[in-house]
Amino acid sequence: METREYIPVTLICEQYEVEISFLQTLNDYGLLEIIQVNENACIHPENLERAEKLIRLHDSLELNPEGIDVVSHLLDRIEDMQNEILQLKNRLRFYED
Amino acid sequence: MAFIDYYQILGVPKTASEDDIKKAYRKLARKLHPDLNPNDKEANKKFQQINEANDVLSDPEKRKKYDTYGENWEHGEEYEKARQAQERSRGAGQSFSGGFGGDADYSDFFGSMFGGGSGRQQVRFRGQDYTSELHMSLSEAFVTHPKTLTIHGKNVRITIPAGVENGQTIKLKGYGGKGVNGGPDGDLYISFVIPQDPVFKRSGNDLYTQVNLNLYTALLGGEITLDTLHGKIKLKIQPETQNGTKTRVKGKGFPVYKKEGVFGDLYITYQIQLPTQLTDKEKELFTELSRLSH
Repeated sequence: METREYIPVTLICEQYEVEISFLQTLNDYGLLEIIQVNENACIHPENLERAEKLIRLHDSLELNPEGIDVVSHLLDRIEDMQNEILQLKNRLRFYED
Repeated sequence: MAFIDYYQILGVPKTASEDDIKKAYRKLARKLHPDLNPNDKEANKKFQQINEANDVLSDPEKRKKYDTYGENWEHGEEYEKARQAQERSRGAGQSFSGGFGGDADYSDFFGSMFGGGSGRQQVRFRGQDYTSELHMSLSEAFVTHPKTLTIHGKNVRITIPAGVENGQTIKLKGYGGKGVNGGPDGDLYISFVIPQDPVFKRSGNDLYTQVNLNLYTALLGGEITLDTLHGKIKLKIQPETQNGTKTRVKGKGFPVYKKEGVFGDLYITYQIQLPTQLTDKEKELFTELSRLSH
């Protein structure tokens, strides 16, 4: 994959006014994957949305990385459960109609 | 336009200190933050309100104006207009400097109360998330197809992947409300509503249908042609097929979401139709058959 497809961490930090150390901590917690491309710390464009969300949680709710970790896991679980509910509702509809 | 009591929105008394307001805002923001309440229109609306309330009440100058005019905002507006007119007549030509950014998405109440102006404190807010429902038939959900939606007067062209499920929600990033003070735009959430089809029932990626068989094909076997969402298919009927027999046609079910070329299965239940209005000859033959079977 070519370098230009990745987003430099420095650019994200500049755009969202966050410290590089913050994104590095998210990476350490396994919340955001930072990769080295030609010795530059970057993220994959697919992870940009997630990065933005984590930054928002940090900025708006003043959550520290530990808090973001907990919230993130709980949100993932809620999403899984909502998907399961949707599947079950549709299965129930199959028998009701 | 309705008067909005910012104190009430934040749940604090008018005597609340800056610190109390900050605490109340943070507490509500933690509860109502859009990232913690995806697809919750009500929470998103309330979040916008508490942001607006916080923006006003956490700024001493704005708070003072708000406290001054209070519920009598109409008089406040009149006063403000009169004052501005007076200033204009003096040739000052200066606009209100402690107001808010023209792009800020404040309530009508607030906009009319203080009018436009350049923002002193630029708090960035993410735009409001929009939600929309898209109704489609099962056969429409069967194929990937483009669709143009009109969201708040703006045409949005999207491609709906084959295999979407009833109740499934997709997010279109940045198609929601405009961000405030350079904040990111909100997202657009589209929920699909797909009613059950009268012919094909769907369960996950599998389809279920009932096929009527005449008595003779059921007894003697044969071949039938069936209309499916994939087109016409030919089915071999085994001799002596019993009523209620189920058969599976692999790969003729519903497309698996975002897995091109992968399909569920089609389950067919045979319903055997007995002949009615028998002729004398038929009755005679069936009687003969009956004798043979005893």
